[in-house]
Amino acid sequence: MRRSPRDTEESVRRINRRALVLGGTMASVIGVLGLRMRQMQVEQADQFRLLAEENRVAIRLVPPARGLVLDRSGVLLAGNEQNYRVVITREDAGDVEAVLNRLAQIIPLAPEEIERTLREVRRRSPFVPIIVADRLQWEELARVAVNAPALPGVTPEMGLSRHYPLVEDFAHVVGYVGPVSENDLAQIEDPDPVLQIPKFQIGKVGVERRLEEPLRGEAGSRRIEVNVVGRVMRELDRREGVPGAEVRLTVDARLQNYVQARLGEDSASAVVMDTATGDLLAIASAPSYDPNLFVRGISATDYRALLENERRPLSNKSVQGAYPPGSTFKMVTALAALEAGAITPETTVRCPGHYDAGGRRFHCWKRGGHGAVDLNRSLAESCDVYYYDIAQRVGIDVIAAMAVRLGLGQRYDLPLSAIAEGLNPNRAWKRERRGQEWRIGDTINASIGQGYVLSSPLQLAVMTARLATGRSVMPRLVQSVGGVETPVPDAAPLGLSNAALAAIRRGMEAVTNTRTGTAWSSRVDDPALRIAGKTGTSQVRNISAAERARGVISNDQLPWNRRDHALYVSYAPQQAPRIAVSVVVEHGGGGSAVAAPIARDITLFALHGGLPPLSAYPASQRTRIDNERRALQLREFEGPDSPVRTRA
Amino acid sequence: MSYLEYSVKRVPSGLRKVLHVNWALVVLLVAVSCVGFLMLYSVAGGRLSVWAEPQMKRFAAGLVLMFVIAFVPIWFWRNIAGLGYGVALVLLVAVEFVGDVGMGAQRWLDLGVIRLQPSELMKVTLVMLLAAYYDWLDVKKTSRPLWVLVPLAIILVPTALVLQQPDLGTALLLMLGGGAVILAAGVHWAYFAGVIGLGVGAVSAVFLSRGTPWQVLQDYQYRRIDTFLDPGSDPLGAGYHISQAKIALGSGGWTGRGFMQGTQSRLNFLPEKHTDFIFTTLAEEFGFVGAFSLLALYALIIVFCIASAMSTKDRFASLLTLGIAANFFLYFAVNMAMVMGLAPVVGVPLPLVSYGGSAMLVLMIGFGLVQSAHIHRPR
Repeated sequence: MRRSPRDTEESVRRINRRALVLGGTMASVIGVLGLRMRQMQVEQADQFRLLAEENRVAIRLVPPARGLVLDRSGVLLAGNEQNYRVVITREDAGDVEAVLNRLAQIIPLAPEEIERTLREVRRRSPFVPIIVADRLQWEELARVAVNAPALPGVTPEMGLSRHYPLVEDFAHVVGYVGPVSENDLAQIEDPDPVLQIPKFQIGKVGVERRLEEPLRGEAGSRRIEVNVVGRVMRELDRREGVPGAEVRLTVDARLQNYVQARLGEDSASAVVMDTATGDLLAIASAPSYDPNLFVRGISATDYRALLENERRPLSNKSVQGAYPPGSTFKMVTALAALEAGAITPETTVRCPGHYDAGGRRFHCWKRGGHGAVDLNRSLAESCDVYYYDIAQRVGIDVIAAMAVRLGLGQRYDLPLSAIAEGLNPNRAWKRERRGQEWRIGDTINASIGQGYVLSSPLQLAVMTARLATGRSVMPRLVQSVGGVETPVPDAAPLGLSNAALAAIRRGMEAVTNTRTGTAWSSRVDDPALRIAGKTGTSQVRNISAAERARGVISNDQLPWNRRDHALYVSYAPQQAPRIAVSVVVEHGGGGSAVAAPIARDITLFALHGGLPPLSAYPASQRTRIDNERRALQLREFEGPDSPVRTRA
Repeated sequence: MSYLEYSVKRVPSGLRKVLHVNWALVVLLVAVSCVGFLMLYSVAGGRLSVWAEPQMKRFAAGLVLMFVIAFVPIWFWRNIAGLGYGVALVLLVAVEFVGDVGMGAQRWLDLGVIRLQPSELMKVTLVMLLAAYYDWLDVKKTSRPLWVLVPLAIILVPTALVLQQPDLGTALLLMLGGGAVILAAGVHWAYFAGVIGLGVGAVSAVFLSRGTPWQVLQDYQYRRIDTFLDPGSDPLGAGYHISQAKIALGSGGWTGRGFMQGTQSRLNFLPEKHTDFIFTTLAEEFGFVGAFSLLALYALIIVFCIASAMSTKDRFASLLTLGIAANFFLYFAVNMAMVMGLAPVVGVPLPLVSYGGSAMLVLMIGFGLVQSAHIHRPR
């Protein structure tokens, strides 16, 4: 088919016209694309670049090193230990189970640990390292490193973990750290993001918990580049955190170790306090436990054993325990009566062995009675009837007020867990809390520290220090935080008359230094180290009239948990007091037989700065004391023995 | 107009053809491909062997193929246009039955030596047949309704087959590419107005039928449209790709972050970073300057093609060149619009840059035809 040249011309022109239309359309589309490019890449570039950065950069926290806890002379109580562990990465390991089984032949790995690791490995992304074994020995780590070719994906790692070098000695004071629980997070209002770090540990008990904030420090951060699945590609920069502050306590590690050892396996507690500053030199509670177990994650068996132990090792009895103070409360009653002018030191009361009031008969501990008793004898021989009588003269409210002045029945602000408030009962309290009127019998019971009266060993130590100094000494546990000294609270005079205080002190001196005193057997021979104290034996049960008629059964024949508590409070040296001590042995029996000897040993150790020469003890006891000492297992401390440095 | 109408003597023969190759176009194609090699090297994290090297080999083969096609006289290609279309159609039907399923659609045909996408081949043969048809058709009959129905059928049959795969993007590209040839042939504007009207009607039908048992598109296609309309609505799901692509593109700024410094692609935030989304890496690493330069290269290729088409008196050559140019334009325009958030995500590669064999092969065949038309044009 042939076409006319005109047709061809026409056709070519039309196609060319249409080609230009097509080209124009394309050009305009290209123009739109170019404008869009300009809009995104020039005008909105900053915004998109920000989004790209957000994509790429992740911030990881670097946990800070926890602050150290030291004793007053710098002995380490809580530190951080290099911790060797082994981690496994799934994507490098390939067959995780086979690798773990091979690893189990090199280091001890329980089957359940392998199970746990396998579960966690499956749950997490393949490139996330999972901890297989923690707290390995250096040799074990070295074995893993040597066998590395046979263990693909297994890497040895180092980290810091909390360590308590003095083991049981400070378990109750320093406490321990543990992993952050849901409960912990719920309790904190504005949780520090560092708490979200896996395996991060915070203080759970004691100083570790109460001083958590300064001890924790501030987390550092790493800016890392991550890819779309979150794998870390490289570290962009790193800001080191601020390590936790160093906390220095007022306690003396050497003394604490001795006290803890001296209390032994008894369910007992003891507090040693500097009478001038209120510094707590030792706060011991027995039996104790190893806080390191908690850091590692205590086994259910071990934890149950601690919980079910009737001697309550987990409880810090020196501040949490609230006991009827027994005869150690007699100073309060006597001082109240003296200050109120109800008696003078010379006032005598006749003790026939019992006292009748409110239609009931109250007994003195000495069945035959003490005869005519003045203040001095009443303290030295711990006559009960004397106090029944003088308490009637002043009334419970005055006694309770005196107890408060002497530091009982109040909660001290110390960085310890579950501090007991104790109780100084009075009329208002009984009406309010029990809905009953106060009775004469209540006053009589309270006058000898029985009935409703409850005090903690800490409070008894404060009371003793206040009696010894006449000043309102306040307990202090923290010497400095991060190098900043905690001020010693100003101990204002209590405003008690010197004559009354002197009479009380004379009575307490007589307790240990007169032949008839209840703690005569716990006397000190060295005149420079003489102790003034007071024994206490507090009943934990009521003795019925029928029982009394049969003859009171001796403590030894009772089941352990129904025996009397043994108490002793003392200060020394008696002419220039430096330390106050309180000892409570739960269900220990008599204060004079059980608590007083412990208090004497502690006092002598504290004043001497180590085990005192046997010459400090009465000649007749030296052989026995020497044998007892040899049986004690004391920790070795570096540096020479030195007396506890207290402010004289 | 038939080849018999002009003297064969005026057409270069033998090695003289080399002188008449549109060398500017060749240089442009090589330049664009080199951009592709560079980007493939970059997205592979600085490794040549992953994508860049196979792509170079393919391009070399494509270049040889282009010259072979270019040196064959254009009238030969016109004469086998119908045959080519028929083969492509048969392959399209064949892919229905024996094709490999990739990305949820049957698109690939494994021929042993090469995995072929028949729909890509159809893009070229469709243009060839339409150009041949209008070359054959009496100019006066161009706009007669009966003679308009024929090219419409030529377009719609493969389009329907491609839609069946289902591949909405390629189907649209086939229609637009074919439409460009009809437009260039000089069919009356009224027909285009009618088609646009029908298109609007079809689009509304598509949206109105959604959720009903007779819905026109697949669910994933609806989701892609949703994502296009509002990528932020589902930033971690279907909208994730486009959001990340836009972040990469936008964060390039004026001059980009530097070669191999693009964090979005290096850290795998970008999807399909070596294929459909490769432009975002270019834009991220070389910024507006780089991205706009590539756009300019593409525009120049179009300009040279249109110039070539307008310089020939051969209707077939002219329409073929325009059709190939239109197809090429559709590739990069749709791809760029897609990654810049101006069009829904459809599987369209960036021509000569994206990693892939089928599209590269077909493009080089197309440019071979363009060169053949250029060399053998009547003077």
